[in-house]
Amino acid sequence: MDRLLFLLATGLARGAIFALFALALVLIWRAARVVNFAQGAMAVVAVYVAFAVTGLTGSYWIGLASALVAGGLMGLVVERGVMRFASHASPLSGVIIAIGVVMVLQSALGIAFGSNTRPMEAPFSESPIVIGGVPVLSPYDLFVLILAVGLMGVLALLFTRTSLGLQLRASAFAPEVSRLLGVRVTRMVTAGWVLASAVGALAALLLVPTELGLNPHSADMLFVSAFTVAVVGGLDSPPGALIGGLAVGVLISLVTGYLGATVAPIAVLVLLVAVLLVRPGGLFATTEARTA
Amino acid sequence: MSADTNARPAASATPPAGIEAATPSPRTSGPLTTSIRAPRERRRRSTPRLLVTALVLTLVAIGATFLLDPYRNYQFALIAATFCATAGLTLLIGLTGQLSLGHAALMAAGGYGYALTANALTDAGVDGVPRFVVSLAAAAAASALLGLLLGLAAARLKGPYLSGVTLVLVIALPAFTSVFSGVFRGDQGVQIAYDGVPEVLRRIIAVEQWQAWVAILVAAVFVTWLAALRNGRAGLRMRAVRDDETAARLQGVRAGRVKVLAFTASSVTAGAGGAVLCFVTQSVSPGAYTLAFSLLLLVAVVIGGLGSLLGAFLGSIVIVMLPWLIQTATGALDLSADAAQRLTGNLPVLVFGVLLIVVTAAWPGGIRATLPKRLFSKRMPRAAAAPAAGPDAAVAADSDLEPRTDSAAEPIPTTTER
Repeated sequence: MDRLLFLLATGLARGAIFALFALALVLIWRAARVVNFAQGAMAVVAVYVAFAVTGLTGSYWIGLASALVAGGLMGLVVERGVMRFASHASPLSGVIIAIGVVMVLQSALGIAFGSNTRPMEAPFSESPIVIGGVPVLSPYDLFVLILAVGLMGVLALLFTRTSLGLQLRASAFAPEVSRLLGVRVTRMVTAGWVLASAVGALAALLLVPTELGLNPHSADMLFVSAFTVAVVGGLDSPPGALIGGLAVGVLISLVTGYLGATVAPIAVLVLLVAVLLVRPGGLFATTEARTA
Repeated sequence: MSADTNARPAASATPPAGIEAATPSPRTSGPLTTSIRAPRERRRRSTPRLLVTALVLTLVAIGATFLLDPYRNYQFALIAATFCATAGLTLLIGLTGQLSLGHAALMAAGGYGYALTANALTDAGVDGVPRFVVSLAAAAAASALLGLLLGLAAARLKGPYLSGVTLVLVIALPAFTSVFSGVFRGDQGVQIAYDGVPEVLRRIIAVEQWQAWVAILVAAVFVTWLAALRNGRAGLRMRAVRDDETAARLQGVRAGRVKVLAFTASSVTAGAGGAVLCFVTQSVSPGAYTLAFSLLLLVAVVIGGLGSLLGAFLGSIVIVMLPWLIQTATGALDLSADAAQRLTGNLPVLVFGVLLIVVTAAWPGGIRATLPKRLFSKRMPRAAAAPAAGPDAAVAADSDLEPRTDSAAEPIPTTTER
């Protein structure tokens, strides 16, 4: 029972990270109708930047800020430099270009830093707090949960309460009408990418200390889990990303805890296929069926 | 040649649509051939002609192995094995618009099917050609089964969803082999007994050349089958579904079934490629079928030109030879051990990534689009045309039958956008 409680709690913290990363996928999907397969690689680049900055300055917080900035820049560069050339007639072309970006970024990181795994320290203790004899959450997990939920709240406010958020939503849903009304749609698409990559970078930065460490492939499994989250929640639905993220996080935590870490990818695959077969629109989808 | 000339009158006697018209199906191909794809059908080649071309090119490829040294023959075998997989992938993407990132997993299914069957047969005392053929059939069956399951899921998905599922599949592959390590032996993989050159040929050829022969023959058989599939009614339906699923349904084409068929066929050839790789390297392990390898297959078909078998063959050459060339080049540069190791692993991936982006964004037809449209034209003496393209271009020969006019403008199949 203690173990179950502990696994549920860590699963929630892990799930909050998945939810953040999935939210990044959802943001780009809504802005550009592209599933950003390069999200993981872009986030890892930002984490490397944070790693270097933290190493230089000794401050985790400056590293965190630099990861956000680097993530945003990655989004800007990738969208303006590469993704803009994807053919809009075909959804495949965006996916293929994103795969190309993954290959370029990961191999460039490998050339620059080698493929060794570098241990990365968390700013808070990772040993769980014991409440009434039951180990529950570590301070770091608590920090992750608070930061993730807080950031999602900020994003929700941004999208629903500000003029920028209104423009972002408008250009995602009706680009042509928005353009007629004076919204600079291409700029909004870029803004969506910048925002999403910054969020994705933060998610990867939060995840890496709980895993083995930092290498060019650190975020591969994160991307896979988050893609599953986004599909479970529905690619169009930010609340779906949150709930799906927590659910997938708890599922992976339970499977890892009871069946071993090797089974986790299989659990993700089974969940993904099951959701796509039973309810292809995602559990929280607003549209009838997926068309692209 | 004689088979060819005999066949031609028969084909031309049935006017507009070659195979299509020879076996008319009132429900589907009739309306489609006339209304949607008429000009294309007129240029379709007959099956005997395809077989003759395939035979000639296979013989040319086998002849070419005599000119190569053992290591080149080994690489040739790898290219032929890769070509099996890329041929299936290029048709899957080009003909039906289903983007699979997980073909390495399907190759692995074939490899494991081959290795496990071969080991069982060795224990039972079977060896030589029967063992190879039965194991190859088992490989094809294993990958067909996996492909069928994936295809059933794929038929309901489009674009990024299918890509995501297949991506997860290939990432989950090591997990599968570890969880069922009793059968798949975990990360170690399954080893098989060494398959030497048969007694009769032992005095003529070395083992690498023998392996290249086997790889070429398997590739020729499976790719010819794919080409026949594409040229036939099935291929027509696939294109119809890709171009406009609703219109195809109205014509009575069962879109879901067509997609599942395409995915399964593509899996079978990928499995055959995995079996050949297992035959050549005598082992199969999850480490050989990583996500990186799966993406390389995608690189091959994209830079070759989506939908083109010749392009898939050229792409296979590129993905087998370029890493080797880069390794040789960095070896000559006199770098430190650490730097050399970083470069050899990563530089090819970097180059391939750049190629993938540039080709997709700027040069969508790939290599195929730069070649003359009718490489193996009827008016061209085949003897002159064949050696230029290598073995399995046999079938690629045929890709020029599919006019690239529309594909050049928009090579990646369009699926309905919201």
